Amino acid sequence: MSTIAVELKKTPLNAAHRALNAKMVDFGGWDMPVQYPAGILAEHEAVRTKAGLFDVSHMGEIRVKGPGALALVEHLTPNDVSKLAIGQVHYTAFLYENGTFVDDLLVYREGEQEFLLVVNAGNSDKDFAWVQQHAKGNDCTVVNESPATGQIALQGPLAVGILQPLTKTPLDPIGYYFFTHGEVAGIKCLISRTGYTGEDGFELYCAAGDTEQLWNAVMAAGKPKGLLPAGLGCRNTLRLECKMALYGHEIDDTIHALEAGLAWIVKLDKGEFIGRDALLAAKAAPAPRKLVGFKTLEKRDIARDHMPVVHDGKQIGFVTSAAPSPTCGINLGLAYVPTELAKTGGRIQIEIRGRAVDAEIIPTPFYKRQK
Amino acid sequence: MFPADLKYTKDHEWLKPMGDGTALVGITHYAQDALGDVVFVDLPEAGESFGHGEEFGTVESVKTVSELNMPSDAEILEVNGTLADHPEAVNEDPYGKGWMVKVRLKGALAADLLDAKAYEALVSAESH
Repeated sequence: MSTIAVELKKTPLNAAHRALNAKMVDFGGWDMPVQYPAGILAEHEAVRTKAGLFDVSHMGEIRVKGPGALALVEHLTPNDVSKLAIGQVHYTAFLYENGTFVDDLLVYREGEQEFLLVVNAGNSDKDFAWVQQHAKGNDCTVVNESPATGQIALQGPLAVGILQPLTKTPLDPIGYYFFTHGEVAGIKCLISRTGYTGEDGFELYCAAGDTEQLWNAVMAAGKPKGLLPAGLGCRNTLRLECKMALYGHEIDDTIHALEAGLAWIVKLDKGEFIGRDALLAAKAAPAPRKLVGFKTLEKRDIARDHMPVVHDGKQIGFVTSAAPSPTCGINLGLAYVPTELAKTGGRIQIEIRGRAVDAEIIPTPFYKRQK
Repeated sequence: MFPADLKYTKDHEWLKPMGDGTALVGITHYAQDALGDVVFVDLPEAGESFGHGEEFGTVESVKTVSELNMPSDAEILEVNGTLADHPEAVNEDPYGKGWMVKVRLKGALAADLLDAKAYEALVSAESH
């Protein structure tokens, strides 16, 4: 296979992944581990039942600080930033004027007028330019901290038990979608009780140069408890089972926030934000399409990302993400379908390599952890 | 990784001539490693015939799907029934328990099949 030589970006853990014999892939221009020798199924299972450790240093971090910071983040995102307490995080998005997605992101409130915006790796440069462009005339600074920042995600029911012995910061009081600053294994971290797997867990942000030491300390502490290094392969199946959106799949610049099932991050009554007028108009009219969960009915029928949804030989929608689900043991997926078909128990057809196969619309999320 | 008694295709199937006009067909160690955890193998019925290079089934892993192409003109005699319940055999033992179909060869073996040495060279070029 001839490949065009492109210099992939590397996280501070690149050598660590290679030492662990990870299978590396090009993920949005980053050289990232898709799986380690245990494999996607074992890594997925570890996160659901014990714990997995992910390198997410490729994610982008943008800090907005200064007297105009709150006003800027309110203007840029549809969720209600004023409701965030200091030390709290929420899921939100950058939207275009037409209500479609620039990206989805997490907003961390570090202070009254200081926010850390954590964005997708592949959109990081676009997002930084987007924030800078809208910051003009606003009294605040916008700094791209991505290159200086490492991030690892410890996910799974044993996460607290693995992490607590490494830090003096009490972890139990940190609520879901809250964060604090502390030291883990002697390394200064932002300790965030968040994740992209549907399990309890923490995302730890640190200086890029400390990332490998942090990774090694957490791996060493967790290994006896069954912690596995976990790659992007299981990150995808884990987030899919929980119906968490992935940019380029469930959301992009052709899909608006309401049809994506993300009305809960759109606070139309909070005041002005980019995309509000379009979403107000969209809300007033019946939505032509909706994101639904489905399962195919036969074991051999495994739908995949971007396959067409068909009816009477005509394409009526498309699959955004699909895979055999390791936890649920069925072949499931998410798809945009016409609203009149988007009813639980309803049948749709997916075109798999030229064959239209039956699928049933089922409730989402497909998996929800027992709390 | 590259048993000497097998013939290989450029798209990572192997064929093992049994010396009596029949052969076993499967996918290589390299192929199973690239696919990752195999969760389903879709195979044809005994009695079906496939031409050289023709698709005779698919192998599905958690993350992707790959076509299975017949290495040489052949008729299906038997499919490996254990793969229905144990698709992981393809990962664990691609040249043994993970075989996929037993075929009766029709005519001479395809001229483009590779021997172990040539296949190893191909794989080493692909992975660099």
